[in-house]
Amino acid sequence: MSSDAPLVLGIETSCDETGVGIVRGTELLADALATSVEEHARFGGVVPEVASRAHLEAMVPTICRALGSAGAAPRDVDAVAVTAGPGLAGALLVGVAAAKAYALALGKPLYGVNHLSAHVAVDLLEHGPLDEPCVALLVSGGHSSLLFVPRIGGEELTELGATVDDAAGEAYDKVARLLGMPFPGGPPIDRAARDGDPRAIEFPRAMREDGYAFSFAGLKTAVARWVEGRQRAGEPVPVADVAASFQEAVVDVLTHKAVKAAREHGVEHLVIGGGVAANSRLRALAEQRCARAGLRLRVPRPRLCTDNGAMVAALGAQLVANGATPSPLEIPADSALPITEVLL
Amino acid sequence: MHRLVLALDTSSAAVTAAVVELTDDGCRTAAQRQHVDPRGHAEHLAPAIAECLNQIGAEPGDLTTVVAGTGPGPYTGLRVGLVTAAVIADVLDIPAYGVCSLDGIAGVHPDVRRLLVAGDARRKEIYWARYETGRRVAGPHVDRPGGVILEDVDAMAGAGARLYADRLELRLLDGDYPDPRALVLAARDRILNAEPTQPLTPLYLRRPDAAVPTGPKAVLQ
Ligand SMILES: [Zn+2]
Repeated sequence: MSSDAPLVLGIETSCDETGVGIVRGTELLADALATSVEEHARFGGVVPEVASRAHLEAMVPTICRALGSAGAAPRDVDAVAVTAGPGLAGALLVGVAAAKAYALALGKPLYGVNHLSAHVAVDLLEHGPLDEPCVALLVSGGHSSLLFVPRIGGEELTELGATVDDAAGEAYDKVARLLGMPFPGGPPIDRAARDGDPRAIEFPRAMREDGYAFSFAGLKTAVARWVEGRQRAGEPVPVADVAASFQEAVVDVLTHKAVKAAREHGVEHLVIGGGVAANSRLRALAEQRCARAGLRLRVPRPRLCTDNGAMVAALGAQLVANGATPSPLEIPADSALPITEVLL
Repeated sequence: MHRLVLALDTSSAAVTAAVVELTDDGCRTAAQRQHVDPRGHAEHLAPAIAECLNQIGAEPGDLTTVVAGTGPGPYTGLRVGLVTAAVIADVLDIPAYGVCSLDGIAGVHPDVRRLLVAGDARRKEIYWARYETGRRVAGPHVDRPGGVILEDVDAMAGAGARLYADRLELRLLDGDYPDPRALVLAARDRILNAEPTQPLTPLYLRRPDAAVPTGPKAVLQ
């Protein structure tokens, strides 16, 4: 996209990351992030009030850092985009209020956008425009969804399926805790699994051949039962094998359904986003299965897969370029914003 | 010198925005919007600011100062006002001063000799402070209404005082929510002396509710 495309500032506060990104077209200029993850670690999960307090403290400094690394002044920003939902209600409010204040003070348009759609749009910063339908798999601690996306960064998408219980990342966190690993559970399980045998234990693959919905609660319970059985028998728990076998069960179902959805919808590209997309085994297996199915795989670098402000700015930049109507200053933060509502 | 101050408070059920004119010898509310909607802080605040500016034909760039109530107050709404104030001040490059929100209620009654100001802290508690002829001498604290020492108090004000009026048994004065002009007056010296600003830190008074898990067993529960 040309260098005179509008400069868009994106704000993300749906969970525990305070993210501010700056994008021009599909070019990433700044990606500033403050995280409160360490404050949540001892609670074994994100504590909403702790996250909201951290967002308030981090907001202005993070905006300043983003502007600084983009070499921009506040007035240079042409539009402000913000995650309006879904997410933690109190956390979302901080970002939405900050974005409104920014837009109001400088007389710039505001775009309240859907967090999930932003996870797909961020791929534009890595791989450039994709003006054709694709299937997107979004996996994180808060969501697991399979989407049909007519155009990345567009205003329309369809949800093919979602988790009926736990999100994939949530299952990782719970299994990590069971194995005595720190929160968040994705990275330590991924590491431990490298030394384990993914076929050592046959964990269930719920709903594998069953439409596009996911279910991970049963898997989590199966792992807990298996580990506790070992402990009760006084036998050591083979942590690497448990981690590898659990991880294999998760990524097998995710990639199987994603590839099936792409083929059944006749698309050429599969896009994977969300924090769990940083998982090395998910990437490897998706690569393998896409190659076999003749699909092209697009996965942004891990830094862009986890929550950040750049993804919000990336989606905002597309909406601006498409002439979308800006959001009124009255928009709420909607913790349960439906995935199909890309722009408020 | 003529100063155009944006005054904000979201520490209570009321969402308050105003533009207040402050001169060396006077203080006047030029425009004010107040919505009582305990769950609507984020929806109401920014439009209320825009309406106030519109009403007096001013641009955001005409503002010289921001004053924000820092609570105490229910946290979710309180943060909306503080982040709004902080961002506006930062992008316009003007100072922002924080004021205890209860001062914005007490300031309406500067002549009352001994005043109790109380906000609704929910969970059967009040945020409270005591004032002597407009000057805060105790608080802010959070307590059950029964835990507040009421000897030597002449009158009370604030939404918390109204809510527990039967238990506090003091003469109830007007003004349930912070008044923007009173908030600006509480920051008057800092504004006129162009004192250095501090980060707008909320007066939470309570720790976040969160329990450290005891063991891995919880997974099966
Ligand atoms: Zn996310």
